[in-house]
Parts: sequence; structure tokens; C-alpha cells
Amino acid sequence: MNIGVVVFPGSNCDHDCRHVFRDVLGQDVRMVWHKETSLAGLDGVILPGGFSYGDYLRTGAIARFSPVMGAVKEFAKSGGMVLGICNGFQILLEAGLLPGVMLRNRSLHFICKDVYVRIENAATPFTSLCKPGQVLKVPVAHADGNYYTDPVMLAAMKANAQVMFRYCTPEGHITAEVNPNGSLDNIAGIRNAEGNVLGMMPHPERCAESVLGNEEGRLILASMVEGLKTMKRQDEVVIGR
Amino acid sequence: MKAKIHVTLKQGILDPQGKAIEHALDSLGFTNAANVRVGKYMELDLKETDKAKADAEVKQMCEKLLANTIIEEYRYELG
Repeated sequence: MNIGVVVFPGSNCDHDCRHVFRDVLGQDVRMVWHKETSLAGLDGVILPGGFSYGDYLRTGAIARFSPVMGAVKEFAKSGGMVLGICNGFQILLEAGLLPGVMLRNRSLHFICKDVYVRIENAATPFTSLCKPGQVLKVPVAHADGNYYTDPVMLAAMKANAQVMFRYCTPEGHITAEVNPNGSLDNIAGIRNAEGNVLGMMPHPERCAESVLGNEEGRLILASMVEGLKTMKRQDEVVIGR
Repeated sequence: MKAKIHVTLKQGILDPQGKAIEHALDSLGFTNAANVRVGKYMELDLKETDKAKADAEVKQMCEKLLANTIIEEYRYELG
């Protein structure tokens, strides 16, 4: 599969993303500079973590207008799989490809630690290798991870199984104490209504190899690769190859 | 023409920065201060000379980029 990792000025998790998809999962990876306007040949797109445009004005607010984002929107509109990690999630929110907004962490601290998240929806191409309710240990590193949306949107998202991950205890209980940033309903990641765009604050690409002592994030990234393969097979059936 | 723009959090949106500043003021003895909210102030020079056109342009800037209208509101003056 051909994975594109978008690089904005200030992105800093792009190499980790390339490493996991290329060297751990054996896929073809192309780095896409934010000024490029074509995603031709790519099966999946990653918006990596970092500090695009220094988080100036609001995190992700300027990156959402980078030239490449026109192509990302078209790609998402035509059903292509897009994964936004941390700053990537923030950019997807500002771009309107996911609903809601990120506020400053309630504690005002930059939180950098391992957390536990519960898989709320395992019936998606991003979580097909996970079990419903499975708990994963993944690191977070952010100052603006306090997810917020209005009650009407939250209800709609829940009805449509759009909440993907929630901060939890190691046993899988959702409590206020384990919420690192104050995010609404302990939300750590969501998908769009169509299910092809996912945004998450934790970093699965930082825990995808046993040598790092934690490879639980690999489940999400490997699920995405499987999802892309399934989509390609379906496309080929339709076209009649 | 100069535009002076204020972007502030909507009522009801949690402002932890404001709270932190309120506590700091309190520690300093300014116990009369309450409900501190932090916003942004921006200035820019606009080449447009027609007031109505300038107004429309600045409004669009606010709607599109300068404010996230889910959680922020804006006001501006042109001079």
C-alpha cells in the first residue's frame, strides 16, 4: 500500500510515522510536503503530530489552509482513509473534516506520559485488529488535547459510533481522574460520520515496536493497512480487474 | 485603514488561563477581581479605503481564520 505522510512546517512526528509504516509494517511511504497539491497514487494519508506553524493563532488553524489540504479534503470526500495524530487531529478539526474543536488542557500543563485508552468502536477499518472495549497503553504529548463539541453534536456522534477512543483506567473504566486534559467525555479520538477519517490525540506511532517496550499502537496502524488493502480489493472487484 | 480586532472565548467555554490568572491576582491581594477571561488582540493595516468593503473583508478574515467560531466570538473597529 502507498501511504502519504504530510509534512507541514513544524511537523515533527513525520519520521516516526514513516518508520512504522515503511520499516515495521512494510508499506511504501511517500513524504508529502505541505505545498504539494496532488495525492495521486496514495492509498492512505497521515497527518502527523508536531507544532505546525508553531501552533500560532490556534493549533492547526494555519496548517488547515496549506495547499495540500485541498487535496486532502478531496481525498477524504472520495472515501480515502485519513489518519490525523495529535497536531494532525487538530488540523482535521480546524479544517472541518472532523467535528468539534480542541481547547487548552484544563491543567494548562503540557502532558507527556503514557495513558490508557479504551477502544469504543472496533468495527472500523482503523480498529479492525482490536477487540471492542480493549484497553491500549499509548503515550500522549500535548498542551491542547481538551476536546470539545456542543451537546447536539456529541449526541449525534454517539448515535453514529463516532467516538473511537476514551481515556480510561488500565482496567477500562472511564473516570475523571484518568482524563489527562479535561476532554469532553474522556474523548481521545473520533472518526467522521462516513468512517474514513480518524483523529486521535495519543501517538500510536511511538509504540509500534517491541524494542520500544510497547507495541500496542501497532494494532491501530496495522488495522489501517488492512483497511486499505480491503478497499483496494473492493475497488478492483468493482472495476472488474 | 487600520483594523483592531478582539477575539474572545464565548460565554460558557472553560478558560483555564483566565482561572489561573484570577488565582494569581487573588494571591497578590486583588481579591476583588472575578471572572477573568483571556482573549486575543490583533491589529492589521488594510489597503482598502472603502469602509463598507473593508468591513466585509475583516469580517471574512475573522470568520475564516482569526476566530474559531465554535468557541470564539470577535469584534473589530476600523479607523
